[in-house]
Amino acid sequence: MIEIKNLHKSYKMGSNSLHVLKGINFSVEEGELVAIMGSSGSGKSTLLNILGMLDELDEGSYDLDGVPIKNLNETKAANYRNKFLGFVFQSFNLINYKSAMENVALPLYYQRVGRKERQEKALKYLDQVGLKEWAEHLPSELSGGQKQRVAIARAMAAEPKVLLADEPTGALDSKTSYEVMDLIQKINDQGNTILIVTHEPDIADMCKRIVHLKDGIILEDKKIKQVRASEYV
Amino acid sequence: MFSRDNWKEIFETIQKNKLRTFLSGFTVALGILIFVVLFGFGNGLINTFQSFFEDDAQNLIFVFPGRTTEPYKGYKSGRQIEFDNSDLVDIEKNFSMFLEYTTPRITRGGLVSYKNESNNYSTRAVAPSHQFAEKTIMMKGRYLNSLDIKNKTKNAIVGRLVEQDLFGEENAMGKYIDIAGSAFKVIGVYQDDGGDDEERRIYIPYTTRQLIEKNTDKVDQLIVAFKPELGYAGALALDRSLNTFIREKKYISPEDQQGIFIRNVAEGLKQSQQFAGVLQLIVAFVAFGTIIAGIIGISNIMVFVVKERTKELGIRKALGATPKSVIGTILLESIFITTVSGFVGMIIGISMLSSFGEKLKDFFITDPYIDMGMAIGATIVLILFGALAGYIPAKRAARIKPIVALRDE
Repeated sequence: MIEIKNLHKSYKMGSNSLHVLKGINFSVEEGELVAIMGSSGSGKSTLLNILGMLDELDEGSYDLDGVPIKNLNETKAANYRNKFLGFVFQSFNLINYKSAMENVALPLYYQRVGRKERQEKALKYLDQVGLKEWAEHLPSELSGGQKQRVAIARAMAAEPKVLLADEPTGALDSKTSYEVMDLIQKINDQGNTILIVTHEPDIADMCKRIVHLKDGIILEDKKIKQVRASEYV
Repeated sequence: MFSRDNWKEIFETIQKNKLRTFLSGFTVALGILIFVVLFGFGNGLINTFQSFFEDDAQNLIFVFPGRTTEPYKGYKSGRQIEFDNSDLVDIEKNFSMFLEYTTPRITRGGLVSYKNESNNYSTRAVAPSHQFAEKTIMMKGRYLNSLDIKNKTKNAIVGRLVEQDLFGEENAMGKYIDIAGSAFKVIGVYQDDGGDDEERRIYIPYTTRQLIEKNTDKVDQLIVAFKPELGYAGALALDRSLNTFIREKKYISPEDQQGIFIRNVAEGLKQSQQFAGVLQLIVAFVAFGTIIAGIIGISNIMVFVVKERTKELGIRKALGATPKSVIGTILLESIFITTVSGFVGMIIGISMLSSFGEKLKDFFITDPYIDMGMAIGATIVLILFGALAGYIPAKRAARIKPIVALRDE
């Protein structure tokens, strides 16, 4: 599903250049649940942003579902993001003046899905994350965990090939974190490919594979026995 | 870009961001409103100003006699110049192709009485064409005619206020009034836009006045109306040759400043037109300034709006919004708001102007109005610049990488 070869990325900081990713080789199969771990500054978020086409790579190649991702203009990147990827952010990033349902329906709007179908789909995905009764509420009326579940529903609504989550539990307490992880595991159980950036070991242990990044290179890449979040809920 | 879905999205955004909508709408509406009202007031000022000059005809040259101060061709200085009927005839003969009409005017004050009422009025002895020079409007009866002149009739035309003063509720028509000892029959009552003073006058045939004054042929002043098609330059030229002609006929030195006086209304008219032009320029300048201020206002708000929405736009881009759709969303929203509020402001402004009408006459503003094309043009300019002002930050926002926008807390 994801195929990365010899990926380099550096940021210019004034006259200095900061080499963040120094040759990453990495691939993800369909249906995997991968945790990308590392201390801050290890390059894990940069890797995720490149995977999410939110940032461009300097060197190397990146294939997503067999499509080479390079030299994309903004419009093409937007279309690929819309078609291939779903995002879940640490700070939820819901649009605050839209209701939960409208937020979930937004990626479908950019897929030019008709209004009625949009609403039906949005409700369906809200139901999956257990928030159907909250469809008409604004993000400000939801708790942190609920907001993140709405964000997950929004990411799923576009039916992406890969779900990218950047510290999805970073702003949540542990109980809510486990609820969110439980939801992510269930979505993974349905066959969806999910990548999670985290620095919390207990969250990483709930994935099926852990990739350790340190100073821009992969330190360790191992498959693990998944801990089910439902045990803690 | 213009699908129903897009509009729905825009309406929702507008509805849910009421403060933002109100701010940008209010700026535009206020800008246009002030523009329309200011411009209308300017036009109202010009209207008032022009009405000052509409009282009398504007193609007149007045000639007054004076006393010479220089000896000339054997005549001593200090000689009183007098005009008589032949002067008018000669002028008409020599300048016939430039003239519309001429009339003498002999003005005398004096007690005028009817029954027990009496008052002092100035009586003007004139020819029938004086009606055009003074723009006298007949309310009742008729003005003087050529038969009055020929037969030296004792007919009089009185002003509206003369009738009111002397006759009260009574009708003056056909009644006899006493003017300095002679009885005149009132054959007409007039009104005049020039104000109360002009309606406290009495007109009689100049030949009658001359008969009363020992059958003289002297006249006080000559009024010469030139053809309007002469224009300003032609009027000045006529003025000069008239001057030369009279000086020659009356043996007045060309250098003598006091022998005769000529007042050309065209000159005053030219000045008044220049003044009105300057007034219009000032109004246009102020109105232009208002529009510029409006443009700056809406630009500021658009920059603020885009800044405020940076994060939202980043989210939208992460969810698959293309740069085009980001720009489209911002632009359509701003154009929609500015169009609606611009026309609302314009309509409020125009209806305010038309409701003023004559109410502001005390402030020298009469019938303020604005040309519809001007109002719509200004509105469209504001909308266009609002869109342009929105486009530049929108384009920048569309280019921001979503990752940067999302980091922006």
